[in-house]
Amino acid sequence: MSGQSTHHGPGAAGHEAHMDPATAREAATLGIWTFLATEVLLFGGLFTAYIIFRIKFPQMFYEDHLKLNRVLGAVNTVVLIGSSLTVALGIAAIRKGRVGLLRLYLSLTILLAGAFLGIKFVEYSEKFSHGLFPGTDIFFSLYFMLTGLHGIHVLAGMAALGTVLFLAGRGKYSESYHTPVEITGLYWHFVDLVWIYLFPLLYLVG
Amino acid sequence: MKEHKSGNVTYIAVWAALVVLTAVTVAVSYVHLGMMNVVVALLVASVKASLVALFFMHLRYESRLVWGFALTPIFFLILIIAGTLSDTLFR
Repeated sequence: MSGQSTHHGPGAAGHEAHMDPATAREAATLGIWTFLATEVLLFGGLFTAYIIFRIKFPQMFYEDHLKLNRVLGAVNTVVLIGSSLTVALGIAAIRKGRVGLLRLYLSLTILLAGAFLGIKFVEYSEKFSHGLFPGTDIFFSLYFMLTGLHGIHVLAGMAALGTVLFLAGRGKYSESYHTPVEITGLYWHFVDLVWIYLFPLLYLVG
Repeated sequence: MKEHKSGNVTYIAVWAALVVLTAVTVAVSYVHLGMMNVVVALLVASVKASLVALFFMHLRYESRLVWGFALTPIFFLILIIAGTLSDTLFR
């Protein structure tokens, strides 16, 4: 943080602003996109592994992907897309200063995230009961690693959304100030984006 | 700060498009098209990802600077994949 205490002007009362609100919002937006860039590359390494081994063992990938539950995967895709919608609607609500509506949409989002993890749990149990583990072969290693890492991101997203929901309840956000809601929303949409690619690659084309 | 005009109607339309595209990609996966299955799956996924980024993530209304930050990792992703394949494919 450079530039601290260069100004002693008024306006530091509300959110300990170090800069004007528009600049602060832009800085936060660039910050989250930078973080998301590192996330793209975190998953990118695993996607690269997927591509290499898929080219190397096409038969294994074909046979193994048929063992995944395509219907549950599709249902989970719809669940996650729905949770992206509720976040977007929540942000639209707080932009109009409607805190109650924001809290409703955030609660719905967390509920949908929980449903996603619940379905994932059912799928994992199903795989384990059929003797399919991360160590079974390279396809299942990638399947469990990719969906597991994504699942951790869902959990982190639930924690972030829960924090925003809590703070919204304490009246932290308004029509004029809701940057943390938008930033958390961007993270959540990213979690959705990753799944948009994971689902077809693992369940549909193998 | 740019003004955000995305109304709830837009969001719901985008959501509906995403659900329809999910149904399409699942339906296509039951048809045997060989390599075309992969192409269609990735194409549909990319359309869905673009919809999420443009509308839900408000990229449509963001500055060029934010676009730069959002698109740069895609360049590096391509670099990682192409660079690794240029090795593993030709051993």
